Amino acid sequence: MPTQWTGEVGPQPRTNPSPLAFRATAEELELVTALRRRDESAFSRLVNAHHPSLVRVARMYVGNSEAVAEEVVQETWLGVLKGLDRFEGRCSLKTWIFQILVNRAKTRGEREGRMIPFSAMFDSESDIGEPAVDPSQFNENDPEWPGGWVTQPRNWGNSTPEESLLSREFRALVQAAIDTLPPNQKEVITLRDVQGWTSDEVCNILGVSETNQRVLLHRARSKVRQAIDQYFAAK
Amino acid sequence: METNPNDMSCKELVELVTDYLEGALSPADQRRFELHIGKCDWCKLYIDQIRLTIKAAGKLTEESVEPRAKEELLATFRGWKNS
Repeated sequence: MPTQWTGEVGPQPRTNPSPLAFRATAEELELVTALRRRDESAFSRLVNAHHPSLVRVARMYVGNSEAVAEEVVQETWLGVLKGLDRFEGRCSLKTWIFQILVNRAKTRGEREGRMIPFSAMFDSESDIGEPAVDPSQFNENDPEWPGGWVTQPRNWGNSTPEESLLSREFRALVQAAIDTLPPNQKEVITLRDVQGWTSDEVCNILGVSETNQRVLLHRARSKVRQAIDQYFAAK
Repeated sequence: METNPNDMSCKELVELVTDYLEGALSPADQRRFELHIGKCDWCKLYIDQIRLTIKAAGKLTEESVEPRAKEELLATFRGWKNS
């Protein structure tokens, strides 16, 4: 479908079906072989790669209790080691590990009565009415473009060469913006945009619908955008 | 009837950006969206901001594992190894 403008902001090409549908990668299988040999450095690498996300996901199942989340993740790692011989590589190693986590976290959350129903946790309804952009930025009464911008959005591109995205100050700002989000939005943007999970991975592991996941991601990105914009406004 | 680019306002577009980037708009909405950005440089700037936001999040360093937690896990590993 031709449009006049051919910038590069089109939708992301629909990526392959979720990695969840895929078997373990060669790299993962190598890691499993090393683990079966009782190779401690292989375990260390696996922990570095997944531990922070495991704690993050566990927290969501056990009602944000840090101590319980840590315990569940500890149990998960032991479960991973004990279950290694049963791992057949039919799903990715990452998926397998997170499935173990989710099963344990659910059991634990239920036992402690801390289980937060996802319908409550992911109540996207409660986010409705929170606009992505301050409504005062739009002119409802413009005869030609009702609901159009009052002023031009800032052109960040002029003030942000790629390397400035890496400056300590800028990263601290982005992290702070993410940290102040409501928990469900924070987890989704962290898994998607910081850790680079696919939407299928997030939906499957957190047990949320694609629609809810998108709503949370949208709210989260919109707020982080606002924080960055304020930063440039103050510069 | 020919779709009018004014059919989607800037205010509406900013709420559809994520659905657009995720490829989740209906074909009709996607067409309205693309007609709008074909004419509206200011919304293109806005979408650029969102893309930069996503990129900036991707540059954050992932949390590292706390040394204490790591030690405990390695102890668990050794226990398993020797079992």
